[in-house]
Amino acid sequence: MVGGGGSGGLLENANPLIYERSGERPVTPGEEDEQVPDSIDAREIFDLIRSINDPEHPLTLEELNVVEQVRVQVSDPESTVAVAFTPTIPHCSMATLIGLSIKVKLLRSLPQRFKMDVHITPGTHASEHAVNKQLADKERVAAALENTHLLEVVNQCLSARS
Amino acid sequence: MAAAAVMVEAAAPTGALWGLVQDFVMGQQESPADQVAAGTAGSAAKLLQGSGRRERPSHPRTAGRELRGRDVKSGNYTVLKVVEALGSSLENPEPRTRARGIQLLSQVLLQCHSLLLEKEVVHLILFYENRLKDHHLVIPSVLQGLRALSLCVALPPGLAVSVLKAIFQEVHVQSLLQVDRHTVFSIITNFMQSREEELKDLGADFTFGFIQVMDGEKDPRNLLVAFHIVHDLISRDYSLGPFVEELFEVTSCYFPIDFTPPPNDPYGIQRDDLILSLRAVLASTPRFAEFLLPLLIEKVDSEILSAKLDSLQTLNACCAVYGQKELKDFLPSLWASIRREVFQTASERVEAEGLAALHSLTACLSRSVLRADAEDLLNSFLSNILQDCRHHLCEPDMKLVWPSAKLLQTAAGASARACDHITSNVLPLLLEQFHKHSQSNQRRTILEMILGFLKLQQKWSYEDKDERPLSGFKDQLCSLVFMAITDPSTQLQLVGIRTLTVLGAQPDLLSSGDLELAIGHLYRLSFLEEDSQSCRMAALEASGALASFYPGAFSSYLLPKLAKELQRDVTREHGPNKCSRHLLCLQALSAVSTHPSIVKETLPLLLQHLWQANKGNVVIGFNDIIAICQSLQQVAEKCHRDPDSCWYFHETALPCLFALAVQASMPEDSSVLRKVLLEDEVLAALASVISTATIHLSSELAAQSVTRIVPLFLDGNISFLPENSFPSRFQPFQDGCSRQRRLVVLLMAFVCSLPRNVEIPQLTQLMRELLELSCCPGCPFSSTAAAKCFAGLLNKHPAGQQLDEFLQLAVDTVEAGLGAGSSRSQAFTLLLWVTKALVLRYHPLSSCLTARLMGLLSDPELGPAAADGFSLLMSDCTDVLTRACHADVRIMFRQRFFTDNVPDLVQGFHAAPQDVKPNYLKGLSHVLNRLPKPVLLPELPTLLSLLLEALSCTDSVVQLSTLSCLQPLLLEAPQIMSLHIDTLVTKFLNLSSSPSMAVRIAALQCMNALTHLPTPVLLPYKPQVIRALAKPLDDKKRLVRKEAVSARGEWFLLGSPGS
Repeated sequence: MVGGGGSGGLLENANPLIYERSGERPVTPGEEDEQVPDSIDAREIFDLIRSINDPEHPLTLEELNVVEQVRVQVSDPESTVAVAFTPTIPHCSMATLIGLSIKVKLLRSLPQRFKMDVHITPGTHASEHAVNKQLADKERVAAALENTHLLEVVNQCLSARS
Repeated sequence: MAAAAVMVEAAAPTGALWGLVQDFVMGQQESPADQVAAGTAGSAAKLLQGSGRRERPSHPRTAGRELRGRDVKSGNYTVLKVVEALGSSLENPEPRTRARGIQLLSQVLLQCHSLLLEKEVVHLILFYENRLKDHHLVIPSVLQGLRALSLCVALPPGLAVSVLKAIFQEVHVQSLLQVDRHTVFSIITNFMQSREEELKDLGADFTFGFIQVMDGEKDPRNLLVAFHIVHDLISRDYSLGPFVEELFEVTSCYFPIDFTPPPNDPYGIQRDDLILSLRAVLASTPRFAEFLLPLLIEKVDSEILSAKLDSLQTLNACCAVYGQKELKDFLPSLWASIRREVFQTASERVEAEGLAALHSLTACLSRSVLRADAEDLLNSFLSNILQDCRHHLCEPDMKLVWPSAKLLQTAAGASARACDHITSNVLPLLLEQFHKHSQSNQRRTILEMILGFLKLQQKWSYEDKDERPLSGFKDQLCSLVFMAITDPSTQLQLVGIRTLTVLGAQPDLLSSGDLELAIGHLYRLSFLEEDSQSCRMAALEASGALASFYPGAFSSYLLPKLAKELQRDVTREHGPNKCSRHLLCLQALSAVSTHPSIVKETLPLLLQHLWQANKGNVVIGFNDIIAICQSLQQVAEKCHRDPDSCWYFHETALPCLFALAVQASMPEDSSVLRKVLLEDEVLAALASVISTATIHLSSELAAQSVTRIVPLFLDGNISFLPENSFPSRFQPFQDGCSRQRRLVVLLMAFVCSLPRNVEIPQLTQLMRELLELSCCPGCPFSSTAAAKCFAGLLNKHPAGQQLDEFLQLAVDTVEAGLGAGSSRSQAFTLLLWVTKALVLRYHPLSSCLTARLMGLLSDPELGPAAADGFSLLMSDCTDVLTRACHADVRIMFRQRFFTDNVPDLVQGFHAAPQDVKPNYLKGLSHVLNRLPKPVLLPELPTLLSLLLEALSCTDSVVQLSTLSCLQPLLLEAPQIMSLHIDTLVTKFLNLSSSPSMAVRIAALQCMNALTHLPTPVLLPYKPQVIRALAKPLDDKKRLVRKEAVSARGEWFLLGSPGS
């Protein structure tokens, strides 16, 4: 599905732009009240994916501006989530891997009722269409996760930094 | 009888010895040779001894050693005799037999080497040197003998050298077994310790001989000794001659160390032991530099993380002994490697080590003394760094900006000269870049870098004002800071404020005009609205820091404004802003009170404000009073470093506060404000001001104060209060006026914060009054305050008759109260506090009282309260009985309480009827919860079943406290917890759907902690857990979902590749 990880050798993009991390979401009194239900909102989805590690830099997707809160659409009552991500350069070979990581993170973290759509921000990648198609294909995603090497890279992206 | 025995033995000494020797030499197979040797030696000695006691034969080994020592000392017996007895076996044509013979002799020598005579040593050495040429089976025993002789004090000069020469010449060390190689290293070490001068006479031959001995060594045990020898060779200045490179080769071939100790290694050698001792060798001399530096560069460039780390750390160590000469040729490559590691690394440790190495390199270059005509390497090195990093500083959005700044700042932090060089280059560039970039976040990055460089300036002190590199940039820096703190971006403002603080801390940098401007900004920032709290807090902190440097400027530019603000607020405005501005002003006043001279202005302002309110000049609410108290408390805390300020605060604030409170407690008084003053929270806030203002007093001054305040409460002596014409008497301990009784909490705050050696007047009367009040029904606030006050005094009272009397009184009062129906809960509170006071100081009576408390767990009325009481016993109080207020708090009191009482609690639980069992569980979980985890771990196996039972208890407080107790145990004692995996998974999952949100969160945190157990234990549960955790992902509460997400994520990673 994708080429090997960025271990060794030269990085594709050695000096990328860095963006600021947003702080922890402040806890509101409403969230501490037992009775008040909190709906799943865009910030909550963003918090799930912002700390995913980039496959080749020791940076998070948020710091590289690959994911942004404004590009997360969510409707709790309709159980739908749409996330658009922006590769750092238009020829980034990691785009599929990043998309896969986001998809897997959401699959593991959201209730089953949600229908999720992960795609590249329109016009930001050379093979946008092909990548989107791969990410939307349930069977190809499942097959990709059967591949030990690929699963290893995805798990590394999803592990908390030590 | 004994004499007869000696006679018999003495008759045939040689014959018997000969027999024993033969037994040993031939009897190789029967028993361990070592034991036989000791036994034989013992018997032989005994037989040869002309006089002396007979030793008990049950300890042949010790007997042998002791007798031999005595024999030789007394001159009855010489080693020569043993040699003679061994005679034929030493010359036996069969090498095995010779080996046995020599082995016996060597073992005898090892036991008595300290007693040998010089001529014996000479002969023995000659004999052993000669034996080195013998059959290879004999060599190990010969080496043992030489080792024994190398420990001899009587070794004549010249023999050490001859032994070593013989070994170097005759023995091929690396073909020996590990133990025997170790013996050779020991011989060398022994001689190096005792015969340093002689060995040095051997010149480089010694070094060369050693190199041959060591070459090819593989065993970590021997390597540790060998590395130590090389280190001594170098550090004690033995001649290395032409063998420097060989010596380097023979050690550096182990670099970087790659060694994993085998499991259950009995020798306990760790990888780090080898790394550190090899590093000590490699970094011990500049003479290795030309060989070592290329090796280090090569290893830093390798792909292996541990090699990179080890190389950078070794480089760092080398810089301590190297100079410019050694480093010169390698600087460009070293810099290139370090730069690459910092720019591209994925590991923070490599980055940190790279920076550390750069720091010591720069420090090393700065340290060297230059000849007049030499090139200054520091300058060219720094220019290199600047050249590679400068342009990245101009791209504040890009990834490499921070690594570049870190490299530059690290180099600048190494010496004043480096700091000058880099700052003078970078600062103008950054100042220019700040203006070139217009976005706030870019400016923030640039300013943050500037801040880093400014902070470095503080490391170096400059004698001469003109030399200070910052003075030339002062105006530019100030205008930059002012731009930053007026920027709309909070982040930029924050960095601006921090920069201002750092600039202010530079001596004589800011002018009076700059300060006036800065203070104006700080004043504005101190009144920022709610949404920029962080900026306001930073501004307050900066005001405090700067005020301690420039008290004069702050009292002329800031205080008048704040005073006016406080007035304006009070007199005119009633808008919606009024309240908040008032609070902000109070906070600003306390924040700035960091200098004694400022306290002298702010404290009267605050007190006057309170007094005005009391006079009814202004309407002032509950929150305002609390805010004033908080401000007063902060001022009091800031006074504690300066004894004079402390006393000033105490002398000024306390009479005023007591006067206000006493007046409010008068029965005739009925105004709204006065009611407010007596509310629980307000009194607690006042109490905390009083306590803070008392804690740091010296004993003398405190003694002065106590003679006024205690009589105020006991006798109604109001003479020291200002404006003290009250309508009635102040008699808080008399019946009748419940308002006045409430003020006992203020008395508590004062007397319980006094230093321990301050004598309290009328103590007996005071204690009796307190006890009486503590059991007074109707007002829990004052009775609890009295109980706490009593407990606080009890805790500090020295042991003796008076203390026993007080305790007896207390116990009587408690028992009487618990018996009566009306004041049972008051008596219980008193019992609880008295118990705590005694538990803290390890008083013997505490166990009786704890037992009484435990008995109350099954009391239908007081049971739940008693269970919660255990929480109070184990936790730290905030107001009384703390170390800060000089209470007697032993450090191990929790452990002790645990050991003394938990068995009884467990027993009580099993014996208790079903309906009160939860009380025991709750008490127990409070105790366990507060206990340091290392203490709990060994007790875990016995308690775990009870804890697991507590998880099924329906009380959510018990559930929560049990979960929070189990969570760290899962992390720290995974092996024990693994045994209960089935129960743990089931119960945690059940609790993750508890109606209480806090329990759900804690249960999910435990589910997360479970992933720290060994993976094979968990894998069978993985599918089930992942399915079950899907449910809390859809919890209605966000905080629960967050925990579910992280727990489920961790479970997914279990046993999966890449985790």
